[in-house]
Amino acid sequence: MGYFIVNKYPEFLRGAGVTLLISITGTVVGFLIGLLIGVVRTIPMRTTDSKIKTAFLRVVKFILQAYIEIFRGTPMMVQAMVIYYGIASLFHVSMNQLFAGFFIVSVNTGAYMAEIVRGGIESVDRGQFEAAHTMGIRHGQTMRHIILPQAIRNILPAIGNEFVINIKDTSVLSVISVTELFFASNSIAGTYMAYFQTMIITCAVYFVLTFTVTRILRMVERKLDGPSNYAILNDSAISENAMEEGGV
Amino acid sequence: MADVIMDVRNLKKNFGPNQILKGINFKAYRGEVVCIIGASGSGKSTLLRCMNLLEIPTSGEIYFEGVNILDRSVDPMRLTTKMGMVFQQFNLFNNLTVLQNCVLGQTVVLKRPRNEARRTAMEYLEKVGMAQFINARPHQLSGGQKQRVAIARALSMEPDTLLFDEPTSALDPEMVGEVLKVIVSLAKTGLTMLVVTHEMDFAREVASRVVFMDGGVIAEENTPDVIFNNPKNDRTRAFLTRVLRKN
Repeated sequence: MGYFIVNKYPEFLRGAGVTLLISITGTVVGFLIGLLIGVVRTIPMRTTDSKIKTAFLRVVKFILQAYIEIFRGTPMMVQAMVIYYGIASLFHVSMNQLFAGFFIVSVNTGAYMAEIVRGGIESVDRGQFEAAHTMGIRHGQTMRHIILPQAIRNILPAIGNEFVINIKDTSVLSVISVTELFFASNSIAGTYMAYFQTMIITCAVYFVLTFTVTRILRMVERKLDGPSNYAILNDSAISENAMEEGGV
Repeated sequence: MADVIMDVRNLKKNFGPNQILKGINFKAYRGEVVCIIGASGSGKSTLLRCMNLLEIPTSGEIYFEGVNILDRSVDPMRLTTKMGMVFQQFNLFNNLTVLQNCVLGQTVVLKRPRNEARRTAMEYLEKVGMAQFINARPHQLSGGQKQRVAIARALSMEPDTLLFDEPTSALDPEMVGEVLKVIVSLAKTGLTMLVVTHEMDFAREVASRVVFMDGGVIAEENTPDVIFNNPKNDRTRAFLTRVLRKN
């Protein structure tokens, strides 16, 4: 086993790099997709809205629902094959494997994230939407300034889950020859016929990746929670505060 | 008192098979303080929530400052800006500090410069006695403090009308006083206020008119003096006997 660590570490590291790159990109892009879909799907439909707006919203919401169901309901490995080979045979172009990897993981994560974000948005009590409504704050601004900051804080553990799952699940991209960690170790193992040793190393590398990521996310959570104390201002501080700019 | 600010005509609201509002006709004049009283489930809150479109009425008309707010061509958000609301559950924005709660609406909706918004917010926070706590977050405050911030937040938008939906019902008894004191002081500024309340002493003291609702209709409306001392309607009398005996 020492032999593989000493001599093959560049391959492992490069594989780990690709894995990390794809899972980070996939999680971030997937999160953005999920955020967008989550916000669109929670747009309230009012009976006072015009018919066109209502119909348009219905169609958009239906399409988004279909996207979520399809990508959550089929295995990512199969999606990878369908998209990669499908595009190759339909358009006679072969996609860059790494790009295909980014695309598939992002789109797949997006479907999960959309549901996670929706859950997050719905976890913020309705009263705050109502208060914003009575102040004339529109849906998008309410989301941006009030609801999403709370929703994202609430769903951070779930996002962390997705990230960890992505780190591990990028291994299925080996079916379309993306040279991520599992693909790299599999080639080494095959060449030297030493599956046990290489896979133990691979396990360790995956674990280090996921463990580091979960620690970092925990730190982010604590940071977002903000200070647990506040300072009570005296009279002079109050009048200063009223004058001073920024900070809000 | 001729200036009608709110004019509700034959308002009905159904929730599924239940008709909560059964044809409400109601007018409020500029500068009035109207207290709406009645048993739970009589439709008081629903009426208030219809007025700023938190509920969409099933039928009827609501004119606010002469405009039918149920008309599809009217942008409801522009109108609700002129109508502040204070909720039973405070509904402060939990991710923002006290000051930010009072600034956000001003900068985002009224497009006020940040500095001006801060000054306005501070002015009202001082009025409700919460200026010391501007850096606190809602979960760090008591119920009474939260409600006072919620009032300052609504006032910061400088609305023409302020709606109160049972502002003291979720408070501990010893905190009711501090909130009512703020509302009483507002009543003297000439702001139009519609207050759904169970605080009969408060209604008696500040209301220019008291509306008694029962079973989805306005059963009686009159000056507090008549309602509390000499109600014309038997149902008003029965209700008041019930709630006043409790105190």
